[in-house]
Amino acid sequence: MTTTQTEVPQRRGGPQDSAGTPVISVRRLWKVFGPKAEKVPESEELCGLSRRELMDRTGCTAAVRDVGFDVAPGEVFVVMGLSGSGKSTLVRCLTRLIEPTSGEVVFEGEDIRGADAARLRELRRRKFSMVFQHFGLLPHRRVVDNVAFGLEIRGMSRAERTKRALEVVDLVGLSGYENSYPDQLSGGMQQRVGLARALAGEPDVLFFDEPFSALDPLIRRDMQNEVIRLHHEVGKTMVFITHDLSEALKLGDRILIMRDGRTVQCGTGDELVGAPADDYVREFVKDVPRGEVLTLRWIMRPPADGDELDGPELGPDVVVREATRTVLAAHKPVKVVENGKLLGIVGDEEILSVVAGQEGGA
Amino acid sequence: MMAVTIEKPDGKPGTAEKTVPAAPVEKTRRISRAMVVGAVLVVWLVLFAVLRGKQTLSLAAADLTGLHKWLNDLNDSIGANRNSNPLFLYFFNEIRLVIDNLVTFIQHLISQPSGARPVPQIGWLGVVGLAGYVSWAVGNWRVALLAVAGFTFFGLQGLWQESMDTLALTVSAVFVALLFAIPLGVWAGLSDRFNRVVTPFLDFMQTMPTFVYLAPLTLIFLIGGASATIATVIYAAPPTIRITAHAIRNVSKTTVEAADSLGATRRQSLLKVLLPMSKRTVVMGVNQTIMAALAMVTIAALINAPGLGANVIQALQSLDVGTAFNAGLAIVVMAIVLDRVTTAASAREETSRNAKDRFATWRRPLLGAGAVLTLVLIYLSHTYLWAADFPGDGTVGTHIASAADTATNWAQDHLSGLTNAIRDVLTNGLLNPFQTLLTDSPWWLVGAVLVVLGVVLGGWKAGVTAAVCVGLLVGTGLWSDAMTTLASTLVATVLVMVLGIVFGVWMGRSAIVDRIIRPSLDAAQVMPPFVYLVPFLALFGATRFTAIVAAVVYGAPVAMKIIADGIRAVPETTVEAATSAGCNTWQIITKVQLPMSRSALTLATNQGLIYVLSMVVVGGLVGAGALGYDVVAGFSQGELYGKGLAAGLAIVLLGVMFDRITQAAARRASA
Repeated sequence: MTTTQTEVPQRRGGPQDSAGTPVISVRRLWKVFGPKAEKVPESEELCGLSRRELMDRTGCTAAVRDVGFDVAPGEVFVVMGLSGSGKSTLVRCLTRLIEPTSGEVVFEGEDIRGADAARLRELRRRKFSMVFQHFGLLPHRRVVDNVAFGLEIRGMSRAERTKRALEVVDLVGLSGYENSYPDQLSGGMQQRVGLARALAGEPDVLFFDEPFSALDPLIRRDMQNEVIRLHHEVGKTMVFITHDLSEALKLGDRILIMRDGRTVQCGTGDELVGAPADDYVREFVKDVPRGEVLTLRWIMRPPADGDELDGPELGPDVVVREATRTVLAAHKPVKVVENGKLLGIVGDEEILSVVAGQEGGA
Repeated sequence: MMAVTIEKPDGKPGTAEKTVPAAPVEKTRRISRAMVVGAVLVVWLVLFAVLRGKQTLSLAAADLTGLHKWLNDLNDSIGANRNSNPLFLYFFNEIRLVIDNLVTFIQHLISQPSGARPVPQIGWLGVVGLAGYVSWAVGNWRVALLAVAGFTFFGLQGLWQESMDTLALTVSAVFVALLFAIPLGVWAGLSDRFNRVVTPFLDFMQTMPTFVYLAPLTLIFLIGGASATIATVIYAAPPTIRITAHAIRNVSKTTVEAADSLGATRRQSLLKVLLPMSKRTVVMGVNQTIMAALAMVTIAALINAPGLGANVIQALQSLDVGTAFNAGLAIVVMAIVLDRVTTAASAREETSRNAKDRFATWRRPLLGAGAVLTLVLIYLSHTYLWAADFPGDGTVGTHIASAADTATNWAQDHLSGLTNAIRDVLTNGLLNPFQTLLTDSPWWLVGAVLVVLGVVLGGWKAGVTAAVCVGLLVGTGLWSDAMTTLASTLVATVLVMVLGIVFGVWMGRSAIVDRIIRPSLDAAQVMPPFVYLVPFLALFGATRFTAIVAAVVYGAPVAMKIIADGIRAVPETTVEAATSAGCNTWQIITKVQLPMSRSALTLATNQGLIYVLSMVVVGGLVGAGALGYDVVAGFSQGELYGKGLAAGLAIVLLGVMFDRITQAAARRASA
């Protein structure tokens, strides 16, 4: 737990700093189910309605409404929302497992919505892969054949794909189980097979649709750490769907919160906790241990007259919890410095208000 | 607590059964609907007392109406133009030719002398070897032993050739049925539109009583093997179509989506995902198709199909219980062998996956060795007479027949008091009054009652269906016969439901009882319906009552299973809540479990009725009279052909009417 937590601030900011062109760029994406669905995004009046009103007026359900975001290369982008918020529909729209109603999904400069069936299959075979909540394994195939399934579909020879599959089985820690059948494995191990299947094709982007929701809490934590480890090892871009805020904070470089098909807020974990966009988000992040998410940037104050400015220095992206010991040990306020520039100072009071206040919420 | 508030389900189960479809949604509606039904019955009784014997539309056994004569003429004209009409020349006759060739080919292989040979191409030794080998290859060694023992038993019974004829017809019918059914099933599984088109047809094919296919088919394809095979195909294909479609549909959506997300083409996801994942279920469908085919092939003896069924029919018609029993036993043995082997085949997938590797490595060479051995056996049986013609003269069969005769005589001597008493009580107490009420009321009165009951129990649509069916029934000219049949059918259905509720509740409440009873119910359901007649013929003689009992025994298992499943489906927590509120067992059954399985009860009534109705013709063989007799007589006497056809139609009309009403009622109950 500790190791992964310390990684969060380190990873954070990395992708954004190096952000060149985004891998995936989503613009004004709509998905409406129902009769004459394509009319809804076009009509300004209908766009303004709430889901309920839209249902009553047109009989349509808008699962995804005007969503847009960019995913940078190597980033872990998390889409979070409660059930029914449209997050699973959204991720399926990205690979057109569900056909979007309108909008753009640009992948490496190509609008996926314009791809014909063959091109789309090619993209799915080479560029994307997906991990599903209920695994979606083939019960009549052994683990290794399940992992090799995507390669088989591409037309790779048996020897080649088995070799690659065995490598990936090893990578996800399933060595020794390659000849088992899925129903002989536990849920966590089955999801490792799902993960291995997604990794086997060496895709550019991995999509995770609530992959760990069906697992026990302990196994879920193992699997989360596994994803973090794999992200370090293979460095893929990941789009991760979850309904679990702590999972989102743990894994995500950036988090998009959805509600009723709309984006409520999109930002890093500390942004959500430090500056919730509305009451909905505030309610959501209420129980988050703030000291573990917020960085010094969020709690520092400008130096006032009389503050001693020769205390220790820390970066603005150090998490409060990590800084606590340093701040409390120093007898003077800690300076928050970025690139040699003084941004502000943090004293005992600021630290304690976060650390002590975290139980009761904001 | 919810459970406890569902009050006063029904104090008098007895009355509820006669009108079981009355399973309304709410308490207020229940009372009013029950009252309407009661009022209708009272009005009927009053009018019956006044109008008794008027406008009953009765028709003597040898009398014909215009429709019957017209059907006779149609039959004659088709017979005369069979080889000149282009539709027949280029279509129906071609079909008949292909099917005939297939059947004859298989018969020459295993049952009938072929060409210059006095024996079939493969003799008994080869067939037994092949049966054992195939059973082992698709199933396991246990069912292989069973198959070898079963097939040898046919020979010992002295029924080798008849058994092989039945097998040949079954095999060819199953072959043709699967040829169509599996692709159609896959299509229906993939396409919602095609599924919507095909489902009503399948429903209709399965609701129609078995025999009804036979008559129109003989009109087109003549009497004999081809008609029998085609009728069997029609009857046996629906289960596989349905189950294949169901299996394809039930493949986990995620798995299909996962394959899509990996870029699988339609073809790839069909071949690599959908088909392999539904294989096991499809094999279960094949099992049902085989069992249905066997049942139908034996029944097709009515239109001169060769095989064991012919033996049973001849023996039934001459009331020769011993011979009928011997042939019936062979049918039962064949049913058991086929059922076990195909069930083992569907279970095989699972077991082989978990089996140790050493089996897998040895399996291939063993299969090869078995194949060689089987080929040697086939060669021997092809070449040497001792391996071709089953040795012995079937003394075992003679013993079985005489033992059965002895038992029958003993039963008739010693039990006749008891059986006659049961028979008389039910006949005089329930059947006769009911039948009199139906047949002696004016036709329009009964018709009106049926329509009103249809409306009350099933809604307007069901009422309209009932009205149309009543109209058409009058049109068949067999109104009186139809009412007689209806009386027996309803009495049998009531008995089915009584048995169904008693055993269903027992099974639903106790896992142990379920485990003990269910296998015998499964076994009973795979038996061809004929076989039921034999023991009851021995006990009760050739009467209406025998037919009713056989129908009850045929229909009860399905009702029991449905009710047991319904009872089991009542949520555990609801029962627990009722128990914690202090309900005793009787209260839990009557106030919680039965009311909450209302839709199962209605479905059981529906299925029970259909099963009972499909036994009507079989009952006609042993003195049930009415429609069943009309159909049977139609097959054997040319001048009654049209009447038989009309009687078949009347049975269908009864079936459709009650199916629609009970289904509509079931929908209401579950809504």
